[in-house]
Amino acid sequence: MTQAAAIAITDDIIAPSDTFWHRLFSSGRLLIGGGVVLVVLVVCLFTLPLTLNTQSTFYYDQQIGEHVRQPPSATVTGWFGYDTLGRSLLARCLLGGTISLMIGLASATIAVVVGTTVGLISGYIGGWVDSLMMRIVDILYGLPYILLVILLKIAIEPQLGALFDAMKTDRWFSSAQAANLVVMFLSIGLVSWLTLARVVRGQVLTLREQPFIEAARALGLPRYRIFMRHVLPNLIGPITVYATLTVPSAILQESFLSFLGVGIRLPMPTWGSLASEGIAALSPVKFYWWMLTFPCLLLMLTLLSLNFLGDGLRDLLDPKRDAAKI
Amino acid sequence: MMRLIGWRLVQLPIVLAVIYVVTFLLVWVAPGDPFSGDRAIDPSVLQRLKERYNADSPAQFLATYPWRLIVHQDFGDSLQYKEWSVNDIIRSSLPVSVILGLFAMLIATILGVGIGTLAAVAKGGWVDWASVAISLIGISLPSFVVAAILLLLSASDLFRGIFAIGRFEKPIDLILPGVALSLAPMAYIVRLTRVSMLDVLSSDFVRTALAKGVSRHRIVWKHCLRNAILPVLSYLGPAAAMTLTGSFVVEKVFNIPGLGQHFVNSVLNRDQTLIIGVVIVYSAFVLLFNLAVDLLYGIVDPRIQVGGAK
Repeated sequence: MTQAAAIAITDDIIAPSDTFWHRLFSSGRLLIGGGVVLVVLVVCLFTLPLTLNTQSTFYYDQQIGEHVRQPPSATVTGWFGYDTLGRSLLARCLLGGTISLMIGLASATIAVVVGTTVGLISGYIGGWVDSLMMRIVDILYGLPYILLVILLKIAIEPQLGALFDAMKTDRWFSSAQAANLVVMFLSIGLVSWLTLARVVRGQVLTLREQPFIEAARALGLPRYRIFMRHVLPNLIGPITVYATLTVPSAILQESFLSFLGVGIRLPMPTWGSLASEGIAALSPVKFYWWMLTFPCLLLMLTLLSLNFLGDGLRDLLDPKRDAAKI
Repeated sequence: MMRLIGWRLVQLPIVLAVIYVVTFLLVWVAPGDPFSGDRAIDPSVLQRLKERYNADSPAQFLATYPWRLIVHQDFGDSLQYKEWSVNDIIRSSLPVSVILGLFAMLIATILGVGIGTLAAVAKGGWVDWASVAISLIGISLPSFVVAAILLLLSASDLFRGIFAIGRFEKPIDLILPGVALSLAPMAYIVRLTRVSMLDVLSSDFVRTALAKGVSRHRIVWKHCLRNAILPVLSYLGPAAAMTLTGSFVVEKVFNIPGLGQHFVNSVLNRDQTLIIGVVIVYSAFVLLFNLAVDLLYGIVDPRIQVGGAK
C-alpha cells in the first residue's frame, strides 16, 4: 500500500491498479512458491511411467548389487547416488515426491471437506450445536494427533486391505499397499480439519451479521439459498488459503509416521521415509551424505514453497487477516 | 474465575472418559483383541487379566477396567511385557518424557518470544533475518532430521565428552534433544510474536509512553510484551500437543527411555492395556497443560474473563 502510494507521488503516475490479477502477478512469494511446487509436481508425475516400470533402469525398486552406496555420479540414474540396496536415489526421490504430494493433496481435500462442513454448521446454526462442536474441536486440538493417526491406522487398515483384495484393484500397487495409502490419507486428513473448522466458523459468524445477508433475509430468500449464494462464495478465500497450508503439514506428518515405522510401507518411498533411511545410514565413521541430503532438500524446498504459496494466497485473497495467524 | 476452574475440572474426567471409550473401540474393534486370542498372548497373562477384571469378553472388560483404574489407580498388566505392569512402565518412563517436553516448551517459549520481540523492534536487522531463518527451518525440516544432525554434531570432536551419545545418563543429555524438539513450536512462536509485536508497537499508547519519556526498553519489554504475548499463549496448547508428537521421534533418535517408544511399540504389538494406559496419561497431561494455559491467560490479561464473556 505505502509502496504504491510512494510511486504515485514521486513518479506522478496513476497508482497501479489493485485488481486481482495485478496483485496475483506482483506477489513474488506466490509466483515463486507456486512455480516451484508446480515444477516439482510436473517432474514427479511425468517420470511416473519410468519409475513404476519394472523394466526400466529408473524403476524405483531396481536393486543393483555393484551400485550399493555409490556416491552421486554423472549417469542419470546416479545423479543422486544410490542407497544401501543399490537403488537409484533419483528414481526413489521422484516416486517418493509423487506419493508425498499425493498424501498432502488427498489429506488436505479430506480436511477441507470435513472442516468446512463442521465450521459451516457450527457457525450457521449456532446455539448449543455450536458450543458442543467447538468444544469437541478444542479437545481434539489439545490431543497429539499422532495418537489418533496410529489408532485409526491400526483400526481400519486390515479391513480396508481385505476390501481391496475382494475388489481386485492391484494394478500398480498390491491391495495391502493401496490400503496403506488410503488409510494414510484418511487418518491424516481426519486430524487436520480443526484449524479450518475454526476459521470457517469465525468467518460465518461475521458474515451472518453483515447487512447484505440481512437484506437477503429481508427479501425472503430461503435459508439454503442465502447459504449457497451469499455465504459460501465469501468463504472460498480463507478455505483456499488453509487448504494450501494443510498440504505441507500433512506431508510433514507423513514423514513423522514413516520415521516411526508406521507410515507408508517399504519399499514404497516417500520423502519422509527416504530421509529416515538416510538417517539410518548416518554414522560418525562414514557419512553417506547423499542419502540424507537429497530427500531432505526436496522436502524442504517443497514445504517452503507450499508455505510461501499459502502465505501469498492469504495476502491475495484474505488481506485483512494478519500474516502469522496459524 | 473460580467457577471457570470448577467447570473445567468437572469437564476433565468427562473428556478423559470419552477418550477412553474411543481408544478402547479403536483398539479392540481392530482384529486381535486378547480374548478372541488370534494373537499369541501368554496364557498366564490372559488368565490373570480375566480373573482380575472378572471379564470374559471385551464388553465386560470395557466396563470393569475404569472401575479398577479409578479405585486402585491400576492400569493392569502389560500384555506383551510379561514381567511388567502398565503402572511400572509408565512410572519409569513418564518423568523423562515430561522433563524433556517441558524443557523443550520452555526453550521454545523463551527464545521464541525473545527473538520475535527483538525482530519486531529492529525490523530488517540481523535478528529479524535470524527469526526468518528459524521459522523457515522450523516449518520445513522434520525434527528427526534436526535431531540426527545434532546427534552427529555431538559425536564430533567439537563436543567430545560433553554429551553421552545415543544414551541417556545425566540431565545434561537432555539439552540436544530439547533443542531439536523445541525448533518446530519455536518457529511458530517467533512468527506469532513478531507479527503481534509489530502490531502493538504501532499503537497509540506506545506513542504516549514515548512522549512521556518512558525508556524504550521499558516500553518494549513491559508495556508491549504483555499485549503481544496473548496470541503466543493461545498457541501454547497446540504447541504442547506438537511437542509431544515430536518427542516420539526425538526420543527414538536419541535413544531416550521415555513414554514415546512405548506408545509406538504398544500399538504395533497390540498391547491393548498399555495403549490405553499411555493414551490416558498423555491426554490427561495435555488437558491439564491446556487448563494451566487458560488460567495463565487470565493472569496476563485481566480484561479477559475466560469462558465468561464471548
